Amino acid sequence: MTAALANAPAPIASPSGASKPDPSSQSLTAERSAIDATTSGPVLFFFGTGILWLLLASLLGLISSIQLHNPTFLGLADIPLFTYGRLVPVYHHALGYGWAMMSGMGAAIWLLARLCRVPVKFPGVLIAGGLFWQVGLLLGIYQILIGKSTGVEGLELPGSAVVVMLTGYLLITLWGGLIFGYRREAPAYISVWYIITALFWFPWTLAIAYLSLQLDSVQGVMQSIVAAWAVQNFFNVVITALGLAMAYYLIPKVVNRPIHNYGLASTGFWAFLLFSGLTGMVRLSGGPVPVWLVTLSISSTILLLIQTVTVSTNLLLTMRGEYHLAYHSPTIRFTAFGVIAFTVASVIGLLTSLRSVDRILHFTFFQSAQTHLLLYAFFSMVMFGAIYYIVPRLVGCEWLSSTLISWHFLASAYGGGLLIAVLAIGGIAFGTSLANPAAMFSQVIQSGAVYYIASTIAWVMLLLGHLIFAFHFLLMTCRIGQPAGEPTLFAPIGEEKH
Amino acid sequence: MNRSGYLFAGIVGSFALSCAALVVLPQSQLGSIQPQFAEDEGKIVDIYPIENSAILSGQAVYASEGCATCHSQQIRDEQNGTDLERGWGVRRTVARDYIFEQRPFLGNMRLGPDLANVGSPKWRNEPENENPKYKPAKRDAAWHLLHLYAPTTVIKISNMPPYRYLFETKKISGQRSNDALALTGKNRPPEGYEVVPKIAAKDLVAYLLSLNKSHPLKEVKNSPPEVASK
Repeated sequence: MTAALANAPAPIASPSGASKPDPSSQSLTAERSAIDATTSGPVLFFFGTGILWLLLASLLGLISSIQLHNPTFLGLADIPLFTYGRLVPVYHHALGYGWAMMSGMGAAIWLLARLCRVPVKFPGVLIAGGLFWQVGLLLGIYQILIGKSTGVEGLELPGSAVVVMLTGYLLITLWGGLIFGYRREAPAYISVWYIITALFWFPWTLAIAYLSLQLDSVQGVMQSIVAAWAVQNFFNVVITALGLAMAYYLIPKVVNRPIHNYGLASTGFWAFLLFSGLTGMVRLSGGPVPVWLVTLSISSTILLLIQTVTVSTNLLLTMRGEYHLAYHSPTIRFTAFGVIAFTVASVIGLLTSLRSVDRILHFTFFQSAQTHLLLYAFFSMVMFGAIYYIVPRLVGCEWLSSTLISWHFLASAYGGGLLIAVLAIGGIAFGTSLANPAAMFSQVIQSGAVYYIASTIAWVMLLLGHLIFAFHFLLMTCRIGQPAGEPTLFAPIGEEKH
Repeated sequence: MNRSGYLFAGIVGSFALSCAALVVLPQSQLGSIQPQFAEDEGKIVDIYPIENSAILSGQAVYASEGCATCHSQQIRDEQNGTDLERGWGVRRTVARDYIFEQRPFLGNMRLGPDLANVGSPKWRNEPENENPKYKPAKRDAAWHLLHLYAPTTVIKISNMPPYRYLFETKKISGQRSNDALALTGKNRPPEGYEVVPKIAAKDLVAYLLSLNKSHPLKEVKNSPPEVASK
């Protein structure tokens, strides 16, 4: 335990300015800068391209939300490429495999090298990995748009594109594994556990899913089962693990103290590992699949509460007495938002997995609300926090404007919050209406109409926020910013509002 | 074993467990389901769509247009929804219903009605009316084509996108085509022209009309509509 505690991130350049200058920490700082210099190429490439995917996803989200209340918007319905049924899977892939994977992998590689204290050799391999991944993804998305989707929900990308993507991913995983293998910090920190889990689970899940779709004996609903398993593994294992890895690093780091209870973090990790991969079949609850399968996933979802409780209490207690940092530090403001969203997402996920609730909400936008809660309010917000933390260490200057960061936060928090609330409430309205057999189906459709309009407003906010963020990131890559040294804060420490 | 040994064992072991429980086990249960045989002859009862090329390519159109984004094809029982009461089907669907489908379009969204039985003449999407004069819409090929071309012409409130690109407007040469759409109002083509479905639209409709999972199966209790409504 003591070894693990000692391995918790030591303070450097903490916004509180409380780190004492001692010789060992100075040499550590120099070593870290040297390691950061080796990762800066691939990490900036991953973040930069990830942000482009985020912009694309925001645009697609906006267009498809308009199409819900105005099906013939701009005449797009007459262009096969832009029909709603094709745009929505493309939107999901741009957000999940584009933005989330690129930003998540960038942050993971940076953190892995830093925590293992290994400079990255041949960073070009990582860039090649990222290129393969994205070229494959572009290819796959193009295929969906021209109508060559596989037709399997969640696995719409054609197999050929996935092969290219997996090649790239394996390069990244290989390099991640090598960094871990050569680590100079013996007991690995909890973030490393989560990252290694994500690196391992993802390619195996995707490969097994696509290979089994090729088998003739995987017939009928078995294909849906495989797809549900793969999609849920992506969200509940890979995305969750990458997000938590960053949260477990950033919060102790900026608050400048070790994790509240490392043993608790470890318990949470093992509960996560055991149960999160068994939750997939809640996606098929009530469907034509064996009942025991759904029951297994429901009970695993309930048991996953162990992890939610340990993660949330642990991270929030690490911040105890320092909650005011959310007022000063952009990294903490975004990351703490994400951790709270993670808690909410897990509790809501548990409630909706119950059959009595699923009965009402299964075929509605409530499921989309849950996806966005996990993928946007939790994961993306943590990644924004991570990018605000990492990029200054790679480019040698600090973010130009705290106002821009603050606008981005407002747009993401309120836009994302509005979107999720609208999808959730709209889903409940739609679901209760659908559960009333006397309601005409056209009445059911109308019960969602007002929410579709509100979701368009949310998407406009999100798109604006992401444009601000992308512009700010562009300035950073051009080295336009504040002089290095002091992080860009919303407000100087010591000027708190009471 | 050192700490990272435990970590690797945990990661690989948990993945193997996840894969075994949610992929391998169900596959061993569902992978070998056979169609239901007629009890006397030992011959496959002709209850599944006769696979013809139009239906198969219609299924591909269903996949490529992403119809499953908004339409499910699964009927839940009374405990899990109002599907039976709505008239979307006469019984819940089970795994055996999907074994001949290249891709099962179970769907997880109902922005539009469920289509598992849309090819059945009994399929309806409105509550049954006590009025004896009430007649549910007759959803034949012509109805479906019209609905695909301009959804709001047959269903006043609909947020389904029109699929006009599956049709073409062409000059009438001699006789009007048999499958030309009977369009009125603003959808009406200019004088001397007609709107006819492309092959893709015809195939899609053939596929939709083939969707019918109301035949009896041993494992499900049928609840015929005449009993259910009284």
